Amino acid sequence: MNIKKTALYELHKKHKAKFVEFAGYSMPIQYSEGIVKEHNITRNKSGIFDVSHMGQLFIKYSNDITSKLQEILPTDLKNLKINQSKYSFLMKENGGIYDDLIITRMKDQYMIILNAACKENDLQIIRNKLNDQSLDINNDLSLVAIQGPESKTILENVVSNVSKLKFMNGENFSFENNEIYITRSGYTGEDGFEISLPNKIVNSFVGKLISKGSTLIGLGARDTLRLEAGLCLYGHDINENTSPVEANLKWAISKNRMNDNFTGSQKIKKQIEEGVSKLRVGIRPETRVIARESTKIFDERNNEIGKVTSGTFGPSVNASIAMGYISNSHSKTDTKVYLEVRGKKIPANVCELPFYKKSYVKGEANV
Amino acid sequence: MSNTKFSKEHEWITLDGEVGTIGITKHATEMLGDIVFAELPEKGSNVEKDGTAGVVESTKAASDVYTPVSGEVVEINQSIVDDPSKINADPEGGAWFFKLKLKDKSELDTLMNKEEYDKFAKETSA
Repeated sequence: MNIKKTALYELHKKHKAKFVEFAGYSMPIQYSEGIVKEHNITRNKSGIFDVSHMGQLFIKYSNDITSKLQEILPTDLKNLKINQSKYSFLMKENGGIYDDLIITRMKDQYMIILNAACKENDLQIIRNKLNDQSLDINNDLSLVAIQGPESKTILENVVSNVSKLKFMNGENFSFENNEIYITRSGYTGEDGFEISLPNKIVNSFVGKLISKGSTLIGLGARDTLRLEAGLCLYGHDINENTSPVEANLKWAISKNRMNDNFTGSQKIKKQIEEGVSKLRVGIRPETRVIARESTKIFDERNNEIGKVTSGTFGPSVNASIAMGYISNSHSKTDTKVYLEVRGKKIPANVCELPFYKKSYVKGEANV
Repeated sequence: MSNTKFSKEHEWITLDGEVGTIGITKHATEMLGDIVFAELPEKGSNVEKDGTAGVVESTKAASDVYTPVSGEVVEINQSIVDDPSKINADPEGGAWFFKLKLKDKSELDTLMNKEEYDKFAKETSA
């Protein structure tokens, strides 16, 4: 299989990116600054992320589109306002998650942003549900995120009036006579924006953001940023065998959909009523040792009670951080647990998420 | 650093009398990226040539640190455990890992000199 490149590939190279293969794409893991510096630049100033490998799916409105989509997404789309976005899941029959996604109601179509590794499978599921095999991911568009406290001012210098957007809301804007769509969102725990724009203008657009003071940031820092913010990475923290309830993401199921029918809803209802056996929690090792994915979690009596799904060193909290699934009986904050790293048992404590407090601009109480 | 030798696992060792100071090379730190965790052998422990004698972790991955020669650990550099970013900043100087009382000096003959190591590093990373 040919490895794919985004429209910004040459720009990444020019900025001395180290590349890794990610979901079939050659993507920058870091630039010359390195992961920790890039992480700090995003937290303190502003960082640009090329997320064009993610799938952008647009679905034009027709009679029953909303009802059909509600059969596979646990989100109240009927009351979604124009230009409003919601975090949602493409649900599996067993209550598991095929993908996590952001859905936005645009004027005449839905926009769904899908994970790169899942997008082809997602597309087929949605095609089948909507009975429309002509539906396709739009590969003529790039997706760029700008994140961090100075991003609002920097982006405002390139696209006027963008700072009026509220969190999880979007709007059409214009850049070099092209229509672009910007939402106030992101996946770093910082205030920021995601910009969907044609491939042919993305280099010029990102060049402008850099000249106004933002910096390209790689996937390495994107991972430490999202983990500090307590956000899930699909394929690691959530997958086809974890339900939104187990993943502690129940908040993303709309309240008025709780008793409604959607794929996997029976399992979800049962879990909400009867409780779950495992739950996703934050974990803080007491030392600097990093507990990476698959690290086993033990209780004080040496019983295995769970597994780490993501772990790294969090530069902003200056500590080792992890999240994982743990038996419900041990999921309470401050429960002492032990992590098996290289044969040693490292003491750790269950903690609340996020590790790093966010500074989102409030617009909607419920994201 | 003319009496400094290098291993294929990207460690360096400088001999001063009976005691060798060991660390990881600048090239190794560049490959690893930002180091955020370091674990060292225990003082007084004995380590065997090419055996594991510590761990470094970057934001990306964990890597074992091997000892290029056998001996007894006589000193460890606690400052790199407390602040692992020192390893990226000064890997072949202040950020040494541990000191060994060598068991068999002839083991040094199996290691590379600076010129040989630079060539090896260039070839293996290409």
